[in-house]
Amino acid sequence: MALTLPANRPADGSPFAEGEPLITLSNLALAYGSGKRKKQVLAQVDLAIREHEFVAVLGSSGCGKTSLLRLLAGYEHPTAGSINVLGQSKVSPSSEVGVVFQHANLFPWLSVQSNVEFGLKMKRIPKRQRQDIASEIIAQVGLAPNAQYLPYQLSGGMKQRAAIARTLASEPRILLMDEPFGALDAVTRETLQTLLKSIWHTRRRTVFFITHDVDEALFQGTRIIVMRGAPGTIGTDIANPLFDESGSTASLRKSKEYAFLRETLLERM
Amino acid sequence: MNVRNLGISFIAVVAAFGTWWIVSESGSVSPLFLPTPHAVWNAFLEIMRDGYKGSPLMTHIGESLKRLALAFAIALLTAIPLGLLSGYFAKVRAFVDPFIEFYRPLPPLAYYTLLVLWLGIGDSSKVALLALAAFAPLYLSVVSGVGKVPRDRINGARSLGAKDWDVFVHVIFPSTLPDLFTGIRTSIGMTYTTLVAAEMVAAVSGMGWMVLDASKFLRSDIIFVGIILMGLIAVLIDLLIRWLEHNRVPWKGKE
Repeated sequence: MALTLPANRPADGSPFAEGEPLITLSNLALAYGSGKRKKQVLAQVDLAIREHEFVAVLGSSGCGKTSLLRLLAGYEHPTAGSINVLGQSKVSPSSEVGVVFQHANLFPWLSVQSNVEFGLKMKRIPKRQRQDIASEIIAQVGLAPNAQYLPYQLSGGMKQRAAIARTLASEPRILLMDEPFGALDAVTRETLQTLLKSIWHTRRRTVFFITHDVDEALFQGTRIIVMRGAPGTIGTDIANPLFDESGSTASLRKSKEYAFLRETLLERM
Repeated sequence: MNVRNLGISFIAVVAAFGTWWIVSESGSVSPLFLPTPHAVWNAFLEIMRDGYKGSPLMTHIGESLKRLALAFAIALLTAIPLGLLSGYFAKVRAFVDPFIEFYRPLPPLAYYTLLVLWLGIGDSSKVALLALAAFAPLYLSVVSGVGKVPRDRINGARSLGAKDWDVFVHVIFPSTLPDLFTGIRTSIGMTYTTLVAAEMVAAVSGMGWMVLDASKFLRSDIIFVGIILMGLIAVLIDLLIRWLEHNRVPWKGKE
């Protein structure tokens, strides 16, 4: 049987997708500057993401992945087209939409514990309660022995664990992640990929996950999107046929289907 | 500084002291220009015991430090909020900057007489002068600190639910601490050097006044005592601030 890529833009979305879309983008465009210096970053982006989806976004550098994430986070605003995130058409940053950056972006003057408590403090949650919530999440990401450390005392992987814990503590409905493991070594990356998958398994947040690593996308995503530049637009958009909710893709990596998907996605980047 | 460099500093100080000792004890230079270490030590013991011009030495030091501390407190309380506002809101900066850029390069003595006219010859004019000297470096360090806050740190805080005021208090202010400490060190230096100038006019106490008064009577030994004391106190203040910096901003330079 000849191997083929799953249908582009499947009507029923990806496995686990539920309900009405939380994110809808239609004919969206983004440009920086004006006149001769105008740079079109995104054009004709159409996308709908429903609850519980884990959308892995692939694309080469400069294809507008991060710009798209910044639009979803409310850090930028589209120059054309429409956007809707959690019912808001004018998106501004909120704790409903959590962001994990490539560089952990922790507050350097706060301990891991206080960093994780930050969002809860902003919600005016009483001290005792937020300590308990933070401690539980810190333990979940395996940082309990380092809870009192300042960020500069942590390794890159630990910082990223802390950043994930900090974002999860606010219980966002949507989690935006911008190559969170991009700057880590291979072993740490694999550990954190497994951790993220188990977190998704228990918490089922809707995730928009940027990566340039096809293996990572195939491991994490219930759905895989490939962006092309420039200006950036969405090319391929498929449900991940190899997604395994709890397990790993280690065994699958040897299959012909995995090799085919990997190759095809790489070609389309 | 590592132990070896500390050793070099120690040897340099001992060598300078030794040179002073040999040159002054040899009698080749008049004690009016260079008193012997022995004479300076005796002068120190004398003013420790009897005070200088009616006030104990500790009162002179205390008076100077009191003016310094008061002026510095005023500068901190005004420069930090104004620096934060100016750094964050370009319009506030546009409003404040011309005045600061105008007075900052002026020699303090140039406007000191005006301050004395306005505030009298008591401590208020001295404290005002010192506060003005302390203000500019602090203000500029905070403005520069705000300018360096990474955009995504603020974005990240907003995505964790921080509102404008939260961002200001919980993100921008602590982000400026490393720069603020640099500003504090510069500012203390500026203020300290202005101290002597401030105590030149209509003072009857203070380390600066003591040195200037002693010079009228050609008491080189007391001038030396005053200068060495001022220098040592400055070093101690700087050590204290560096210790505070190390404790309050341990992440400085390690982000």
